[in-house]
Amino acid sequence: MGQEIIAVIGTTLWMIVGIIGIFVIYLAVSGLCYFAHNLYSRRKESIKGYTSLKTVTFGDESSVTANRVASIAAVVTLFLLWGIATGSKLLPPILPGPFVGDTSFEYTATNATGDTANATVFVRVHAAANKKAEKPTITGDGGAGFAKADTVIVPERRTKIIKAQNNDDGGKEAGFKVTAINGQAIAPKQTVPFKDGEVYMTAKGSLSVRPATGVTMEALYLPPPELVWTRFVNVFQNGYLGVGLFENVFWSLIRVVIGFTLGCLFGIPLGFAMGLNSWLRGWFEPIVEFMRPVPPLALIPLIIIWFGIGEQGKISLLFLAALWIMTIAARAGVSGVNIAKVHAAYSLGASKRQILSKVILPNSLPEIFTGARVAMGVCWGTVVAAELVAAEKGAGKMIIAASKFQLTDIVIIGIIIIGIIGYGIDVLMRIAENRLVPWKGKG
Amino acid sequence: MSGLVIDDVSMTFELPNGSKVEALKNINLEIKEGELMSVLGPSGCGKTTFLNILAGFLAQTAGNMNINGHEITGPHPERGMVFQHGALFEWMNVSKNIGFGPKMKGTPQAEIDAKVKELLDIVGLQDFGEKMIYEMSGGMQQRVALARCLANEPDVILMDEPLGALDALTREKMQSLVLDIWKKTGKTIILITHSVEEALLLGERLLVMAPRPGRIHKEYRLPFAELGVGADLREVKRHKDFGPTRDEILNMIWDMEEEIMGRTEDA
Ligand SMILES: Nc1ncnc2c1ncn2[C@@H]1O[C@H](COP(=O)(O)OP(=O)(O)OP(=O)(O)O)[C@@H](O)[C@H]1O
Ligand SMILES: [Mg+2]
Repeated sequence: MGQEIIAVIGTTLWMIVGIIGIFVIYLAVSGLCYFAHNLYSRRKESIKGYTSLKTVTFGDESSVTANRVASIAAVVTLFLLWGIATGSKLLPPILPGPFVGDTSFEYTATNATGDTANATVFVRVHAAANKKAEKPTITGDGGAGFAKADTVIVPERRTKIIKAQNNDDGGKEAGFKVTAINGQAIAPKQTVPFKDGEVYMTAKGSLSVRPATGVTMEALYLPPPELVWTRFVNVFQNGYLGVGLFENVFWSLIRVVIGFTLGCLFGIPLGFAMGLNSWLRGWFEPIVEFMRPVPPLALIPLIIIWFGIGEQGKISLLFLAALWIMTIAARAGVSGVNIAKVHAAYSLGASKRQILSKVILPNSLPEIFTGARVAMGVCWGTVVAAELVAAEKGAGKMIIAASKFQLTDIVIIGIIIIGIIGYGIDVLMRIAENRLVPWKGKG
Repeated sequence: MSGLVIDDVSMTFELPNGSKVEALKNINLEIKEGELMSVLGPSGCGKTTFLNILAGFLAQTAGNMNINGHEITGPHPERGMVFQHGALFEWMNVSKNIGFGPKMKGTPQAEIDAKVKELLDIVGLQDFGEKMIYEMSGGMQQRVALARCLANEPDVILMDEPLGALDALTREKMQSLVLDIWKKTGKTIILITHSVEEALLLGERLLVMAPRPGRIHKEYRLPFAELGVGADLREVKRHKDFGPTRDEILNMIWDMEEEIMGRTEDA
């Protein structure tokens, strides 16, 4: 326990270092862009209108509008960093990538009698995608005396162990061993660099050939943008595991729409009931207050046990995710009605039903919309998570399946699509809100 | 009989800690049809409580309130209310707000439209029917509130500091408007205000209330409202009795405030 906690603290400290590192890089680029932008825009008229006349802008939130140039530069920077870190072919090489190609080194063998001889190891490092690399050819004499030249094929970033002495004259005899690489002495468990990598000698005297890996990221962890794009085009045209990209997204959206609609259909009247009737408020309050802080994801196991992995389970989950949020939003909407409005409406002769439809309902629309935006966000997150656990189709299903085959590019495509759709939903909700509740915040 | 009869009305609030607040005690009052009455008093003397009971939003703890011979048991369109602030429906435009009452009664749309148009004229908002509430200034909003109340043709109009949030100039215009409407429609109007001048101008009868317990301290019958109809209100304020009456009432309220302060210090 104590040790585990110390380990967690250690990890956390390393994470802090990492986070600071990433922020520093990103902010440094931001600073450079800012500087460049200022140099460029100084010649032009920059801010116009009322805000330009304000002298107090620091602390006046209304005068801080997002600088669109900065936003675009930030996104471009993100892609650039991505490209640089993965050694993208779209960019000139900035960070050294892994070595690919032919190389060689020379080893010195000492036989049982103490004589030495040199031979060359021809190394062919092939790209990861190239599955049919052929053996390099031995050129020159390759070896003099009892040592004979060897060949080895290594995929990029990988290592290969060879027993160089196996084909040497007397190589199998006791006392025969490799003693130097390119003239540099080597012993078991030691490493000697050569021009395109390094050689490590195992405890048993074999040579482990390690071509240079460079500092760019391997496609397994993060594929370069162009690979993701080609994969996207491929998945877009052919689908993945027999399900089209559009189909996956469509199914996720359908579940969200149905679950969310059901949540609104039942949650809003429930919220109104709780806002209008003491008995119903007392009746429903315990369950609502209890269910509200339970994250929908925590219900997934129970939902699977109850409903299995079919649509019913997922839709029920989303319904529950939206239900409590909408209930509470509608209840807040009712309690937010200025009592003067209700009094005025009664004095004008409105009946209870008219008060509900003409005063309480419209008056709680802003709250309901705020709740709907939150509920939509939660539903979208929940559907993806539920699909990760159990689904046949859907954006979450696509990325979890791809991750099992280590198809990182599909995982990334999925994440980007999920982000874009989540953002799109929020934008749509905001547009609807501005259309339907123009009085929001102006009462 | 027509008019309002307030018979020995008391209102006692029980606080959660068990103590009691006598917001109103033994109020007796008769208000005839077509009277314009203003109510003044230090803060907390029960003016709002009084108006809320009249409107039917609160039930008195003792006594009777009768209007036109029947008892007041709840809100009713015969008693219209103009609030200080926030009672308009932001989700409707000006015309819909004004036409709300008739619409609730199921009046035909053509009739509603005609009435709304007439009322927009009366309150001077001819060109603003299609505007939304949040696009209107505070003074315009109070005109809409007044028009909305009038559209319902109540017998009694109750106003709780309807002009309290307005600037001096707008306030003066609105005071003239209230007088005009009173004269034109002949409605009973009861108006609460914090401004002594306003109470003098808009009160045929002026009620000064005293706190703890809330009660009627003194009643005036004043000529200024009648003089102010269709006239320049600044002219009315130069009337020889206006200044002295104002000072008398101001002193009266000032004394009450001091007494409250003194009492709380004793306690
Ligand atoms: N719901 C309530 N519960 C308990 N006490 C109340 C309640 N409403 C009013 N009171 C008390 O009744 C008294 C009269 O209040 P009221 O609001 O009628 O005064 P007011 O004359 O309108 O004051 P103001 O001029 O500040 O509006 C006050 O002492 C107040 O504290
Ligand atoms: Mg009051």
